[in-house]
Amino acid sequence: MTEPRHIRNFSIVAHIDHGKSTLADRLIQMTGTVSDRDMKEQLLDAMDIERERGITIKANTVRLEYKARDGETYVLNLIDTPGHVDFAYEVSRSMRAVEGSLLVVDASQGVEAQTLANVYQAIDADHEIVPVLNKVDLPAAEPARVREQIEDVIGIDASEAVEISAKTGVGVPEVLEAIVTRLPAPAGDRDAPLKAMLVDSYYDAYLGVVVLTRVMDGVVKKGDRIRMMKTGGLYQIDRLGVFRPAMVDAKDLGPGEIGFLTASIKQVRDTAVGDTITHEKRQCDKALPGFKPSVPVVFCGLFPVDSAEFEDLRDAIEKLQLNDASFSAEMETSAALGFGFRCGFLGLLHLEVIRDRLEREYNIDLITTAPSVIYQVHLRDGEMIELHNPADMPDPATVERIEEPRIKATILVPDEYLGDVLKLCQDRRGVQLDLTYAGSRAMVVYDLPLNEVVFDFYDRLKSVTRGYASFDYQMIGYQEDQLVKMSILVNDEPVDALSTMVHRARAEARGRAMCEKLKQLIPQHMFKIPIQAAIGGRIIARETISALRKDVTAKCYGGDVTRKKKLLEKQKAGKKKMRQFGKVDIPQEAFISALKMDG
Amino acid sequence: MGAEPIEGGFGLYVHWPFCAAKCPYCDFNSHVRAAVDQRRWTRALLAEMSWHAARTPGRRLDSIFFGGGTPSLMDPATVAAVIDAASGHWNLADAAEITLEANPTSVEAGRFAGYARAGVNRLSLGVQALNDPDLNALGRLHSATEARAAFDMARTIFPRISFDLIYARQGQSLAAWEAELDAALGMAADHLSLYQLTIEAGTRFGELHARGRLRGLPDDDLAADMYALTQQRCAAAGLAGYEVSNHARPGAEGRHNLVYWRYGEYVGIGPGAHGRYVRDGQRLASATALHPETWLAATETRGEGLSADDPIPPAEQAEEYLMMALRLAEGASLARHRRLGGAPLSALGDLQAEGLLSRDADRIAVTDRGRPVLNAVLRALLA
Repeated sequence: MTEPRHIRNFSIVAHIDHGKSTLADRLIQMTGTVSDRDMKEQLLDAMDIERERGITIKANTVRLEYKARDGETYVLNLIDTPGHVDFAYEVSRSMRAVEGSLLVVDASQGVEAQTLANVYQAIDADHEIVPVLNKVDLPAAEPARVREQIEDVIGIDASEAVEISAKTGVGVPEVLEAIVTRLPAPAGDRDAPLKAMLVDSYYDAYLGVVVLTRVMDGVVKKGDRIRMMKTGGLYQIDRLGVFRPAMVDAKDLGPGEIGFLTASIKQVRDTAVGDTITHEKRQCDKALPGFKPSVPVVFCGLFPVDSAEFEDLRDAIEKLQLNDASFSAEMETSAALGFGFRCGFLGLLHLEVIRDRLEREYNIDLITTAPSVIYQVHLRDGEMIELHNPADMPDPATVERIEEPRIKATILVPDEYLGDVLKLCQDRRGVQLDLTYAGSRAMVVYDLPLNEVVFDFYDRLKSVTRGYASFDYQMIGYQEDQLVKMSILVNDEPVDALSTMVHRARAEARGRAMCEKLKQLIPQHMFKIPIQAAIGGRIIARETISALRKDVTAKCYGGDVTRKKKLLEKQKAGKKKMRQFGKVDIPQEAFISALKMDG
Repeated sequence: MGAEPIEGGFGLYVHWPFCAAKCPYCDFNSHVRAAVDQRRWTRALLAEMSWHAARTPGRRLDSIFFGGGTPSLMDPATVAAVIDAASGHWNLADAAEITLEANPTSVEAGRFAGYARAGVNRLSLGVQALNDPDLNALGRLHSATEARAAFDMARTIFPRISFDLIYARQGQSLAAWEAELDAALGMAADHLSLYQLTIEAGTRFGELHARGRLRGLPDDDLAADMYALTQQRCAAAGLAGYEVSNHARPGAEGRHNLVYWRYGEYVGIGPGAHGRYVRDGQRLASATALHPETWLAATETRGEGLSADDPIPPAEQAEEYLMMALRLAEGASLARHRRLGGAPLSALGDLQAEGLLSRDADRIAVTDRGRPVLNAVLRALLA
């Protein structure tokens, strides 16, 4: 156990590509936590997919030991967190588990949206914040301007910002020193009953569920019997320790310490992020505030492109669920796509992450259908159905009204982009609740249908504001609206997986946009293909894909059959990524891309 | 010794990889060199030929084809040495076709008589266009007048002549192509190869195209119209299309290329040459090193410049057979497809119903409607 006065807990707040992971790597290296031999890039981002996208999905932690210039040795605990709105709750919990943050800003780029969203989380959590200007070695670096920007935009003192190059290591020793001298030591009473936060958890094939925890009060030891205050689970601790970043056993964990525990917990589902861990016998009187159960809000169908891979998909989903409690799945049958799963996610990024992992780690080609929210369909007979899938929409004649979930969205944006943001919110059926200014930044609050947000709202917002907007939302309940089910017919056959719920007033524009998109996405066939959007039996939009007229290799070079064969193999592989509907091959990406609106 | 005829025929392909300049559309294996030691190259070509000949004994040789690159840059003596060696290794058929590809420049025309003396009996002229601005845009070194002169001279020397045109060029209208095609048909060749311009990766056109800098290419509809017009005009002039891009008077078809399309056997020598022949009951696919100097060095040390020499699995042979044979108007034999190892073609009925394929007992062929979308037909058939 380390004395709290020798502990510093911190997170790193940064925009993608501003050097968060590189700085973390340098801190790990310079404190000798990992030998140079074992060092690899972006040590904390374990999964390929994270590395590729440059984002960290699950909270990761590492314990560093640093001998400071005052001659004393300090334990520095870094929690690395995801930076996306889908995981805003998880980020807020991680932020509550540390006392300070390094705010890393690229000195050649300045403050960006994602930085803001996360820095406000840090401010909310009462963090001490140390600004760090990275990439000062670049010719385009403007540390003075960026320092000023941090003060103007975020409103924190940047006069003592540390200037570094995480890449070369210049300035990194000063960062370590600043962590010790400028961040507060954790508080906490070691004699009080155990109160620890469940920061995150993951499934390990050998250890079962590994819980990442921050001790607030009290001491936890191997063999202790513990209780999860929200989920009510009782467990006995098998193993306890810290991440360096490999797991290292410890005798106990005291106030201010961050580490892991295992307790024969079978599934991640039993460990809710934000829950309070206490002793079974000597309980703390009050759980930590701010706990929220995680509920999926976005649903879509996942189907194997090759229907023979359904069982593989089932296995893969079960394995992923072991490690992700916020991802739900139920079997689903589609007339067009066969057997698959209706899956629930925290948001669209979460959806993409899971889908990519299924494709990459389990090697299953998937068709993803239009994302949907949960509609409450009130029938004339008084019954209410929760509709997760537009394909299941009951006969409109039996429906009295449909209610949809709405959210309160808070958007911070530099005022030059305000007009575009307001237009975007209006286009998405938003109702403005508030508009205020803080310096040159506007804060707009909108009541929006979740349906209009889950799909590509965040992408559109980023694009209209060049990334300078931050966005957060919370659910505010259900409200009735004029909603109808829009079907898409390809070559006169309805494709249920392309059905969506739309607002009546927007159906026509939406239908036209989808038909136009599908016209580009579906390759030409040897016959012409009508694409129609319909509400009930009424066609509201129509496009036609003309028949393929020319596709022949003009010349074969000197008996080189091999080359022609390769072309054919490539085309055949492309065809495998398509699904046949009647006589028409539809590429797998069409089901999602058809919905993306450019304007 | 009795000559053994091979199903689909047996040919020898000789690749001469050198060109005076690289054309911007061409992705064939061609290289520009200041000087070429023709004697050294002759020795290497002969060495590689005898290496293959030892593996293909007793065959009747139906054709020899000098392709490139620019084979009309070869010394007639080099061509003669290759033809002589080939007739020593195999039984050269009495009616063997010996073709050489030539550029219609005046310099090259000066060698035509020498090629004829060496044994070449068919000349394939790379005319490509009949107007100077387009020839220039295609990077050709000859003028339209030069091309016609070379053609006229060739007619007095060779019993058989073919020439190539490239159409669906930048800025070409349907009417312009019609006029040019009529002019070409008026030249009274008995064989025409009419290729639509294809933009290939790795060429200068490919690079320009990728950057959006290659303007005025016809869209698919215009290209399809041009193709249809080409078929009609040639057929009306008595040069029916016997293959996707090849037209001939009956009996004047290029026999060498028929070997490929009928999935016969052929030996390929020289850099980047491909071969397909049966040895010990196995059909082999061979390819040689692309780079001229690499091939030369390998051949001088090992006697061959092969980069691949692999048996083709039966199912693939059947696939290759259909890919090639369906290019022909005469089509493919279902029995041969089966014999090579092909699985039943489940899409046949659908393709027939759609009017893309026709079937007459054992033979299947693409229809006039199916030919312009042959790749799509093959995708469906071989899926």
